[in-house]
Amino acid sequence: MNGSAANSRSVSAILTLPWRLAIFRSEGFPLIPISILTTVLLVAIFANALAPHNPEVGVLGDRFRPPAWEANGTVDHLLGTDHLGRDVLSRLIFGARISVIVGLLVIIVAGFVGTALGIISGYLGRWVDQIIMRLTDAWLALPVITFAIFLAAIVGPGVSNIIIILAAVYWTRYARIIRGEVLSVRERDFVRLAVVAGCSKWTIMRKHILPNVINSAIVLATLQLGQAIIAEATLSFLGVGVPPPQPAWGLMLADGKKGLMAGYWWLTVLPGSCIMLMVLSANLLGDWLRVKFDPQLRQL
Amino acid sequence: MKKFIVKRLGLALVSLFLLSMTIFLLMRITGDPAVLLAEPGASAADLDAIRKQFGLDQPLWTQYASFITHLVRGDFGQSFYYRTDVFELYLSRLPASLLLASAAMTFSLLVGIPTGIIAAVRVNQWWDSAGKLFALLGLSMPSFWVGLIMILFFSVYLGWLPSSGSGTVLHLVMPAIALGWVFAATHMRLTRSSMLEVLGSEYVKLARLKGLPEALVISKHAFKNALIPVLTLAGINLVIMVNVAVVVETVFAWPGVGRLLYEGIAFRDFPVVQATILLGGVMIVVVNLLVDILYAVIDPRIRYES
Repeated sequence: MNGSAANSRSVSAILTLPWRLAIFRSEGFPLIPISILTTVLLVAIFANALAPHNPEVGVLGDRFRPPAWEANGTVDHLLGTDHLGRDVLSRLIFGARISVIVGLLVIIVAGFVGTALGIISGYLGRWVDQIIMRLTDAWLALPVITFAIFLAAIVGPGVSNIIIILAAVYWTRYARIIRGEVLSVRERDFVRLAVVAGCSKWTIMRKHILPNVINSAIVLATLQLGQAIIAEATLSFLGVGVPPPQPAWGLMLADGKKGLMAGYWWLTVLPGSCIMLMVLSANLLGDWLRVKFDPQLRQL
Repeated sequence: MKKFIVKRLGLALVSLFLLSMTIFLLMRITGDPAVLLAEPGASAADLDAIRKQFGLDQPLWTQYASFITHLVRGDFGQSFYYRTDVFELYLSRLPASLLLASAAMTFSLLVGIPTGIIAAVRVNQWWDSAGKLFALLGLSMPSFWVGLIMILFFSVYLGWLPSSGSGTVLHLVMPAIALGWVFAATHMRLTRSSMLEVLGSEYVKLARLKGLPEALVISKHAFKNALIPVLTLAGINLVIMVNVAVVVETVFAWPGVGRLLYEGIAFRDFPVVQATILLGGVMIVVVNLLVDILYAVIDPRIRYES
């Protein structure tokens, strides 16, 4: 090894010093999507401090005011006002909070229930497996949105109801995939060894199977975050999701329809762009995680 | 073969049973179904009449039996809003839904198949990345928002297309694109992966070895075989489109089954909601069954696997 090669290596080591974490060095690290998601998360947390106005109270005299850069717009309402004179920017900021809460809680609850049932179904097999899988089949027969609408029509609107409904719809997706993975993990030597060593079924499922399928569950959860946010927006748009006057993005689009034919574009373009940016970021992050941690899920 | 069909038929029936059971139980668990099935503001006497009609004073198993026998006879009750039989109402809305779904399917295939083929032929090049981004965008935009944006541009600003209603071909354009958009993305993805698989197969290699021009290899040998899984998915998706069109139909006031579901929610017309969901589920289970059987007919390996 000559001196110049060693030298250039140390130079490159210095250049990559800030990126020492393996994750940052990997190809195609989704920096922009992660930045967007982090921003949305921060906005959601600090909504109270960031929003210039109360998102639920408007001044009727200020109805349908366009964004500040258009004629008749004011700096007081940077992104304009809606049909009740409520500040659009403030509603978007607080809307981020609802999307983040609903999206995260849905994938956590659905992921927990689905993974648990998937492991039980795959490991115990026999009639337990039959019951869980047939139920999964039946529930998967209904498209997410129609099933969610049906449930929402029964239990009524509300943020916590939406979370329960979407979790009830989405767990089947985890159960199906995790069960498939458990079927191969349970045949591996370390599981057989644990059986011989006298571990209880509960211990084996918790200590030996779960760590081997948790990656898939996390990847799946990231991929479903976007879908859950779209589902919430759709339910709110149809009037069975988040009840007014709360500032959910889907609800803002439903309200925005009132000004659509008059050309009040900001009421339609802005909330939708927020949904698209957040969902696109979640999808890009999920795609990257999938390729990174779980090549078997690539065909999904 | 017979054994396979019987087995698949059995599984489909179990699915339908569990589906009806789920809907039945959910209605009972979440409250008094008489309140859901009665018109808003119904009197105590009306509620009693409904309890008697649907046997809600009977034990749960008897109730489920009568629930099922009503359904099998196509008796989904009366719509409160339209004052007609719900099943007939559903059938009267179905043609509009099928028309919209067919148009959306045509759009999604016209966009999805060519872009998928280009992405596969030029794999990992500029076109492929563009296609990937397009597919991700398709999955990231709510269909109703795509519809609203189109209304804004083509109806409000340009005045080219009617913003809602039905009747002419022009009315069909925007709802079809809004509904077909997401499916175009999935069809593109599947065309790409299926095309990649076929392009790596022995007979395509042979066709190339024979010295056939690349265009001919792709159009004659690869394309046709790569299309089979895409068209199968399209068949299932057509039925799914009918059932997920509810938001798009609401945005464009399209008089299909989805709009019926939305009206059912808005007017608290529960028999309509229940019937739309159940019939949608039945349609999807049946189509899945047909596709499975068709596959087993075409490909004997599937028969022996199970």
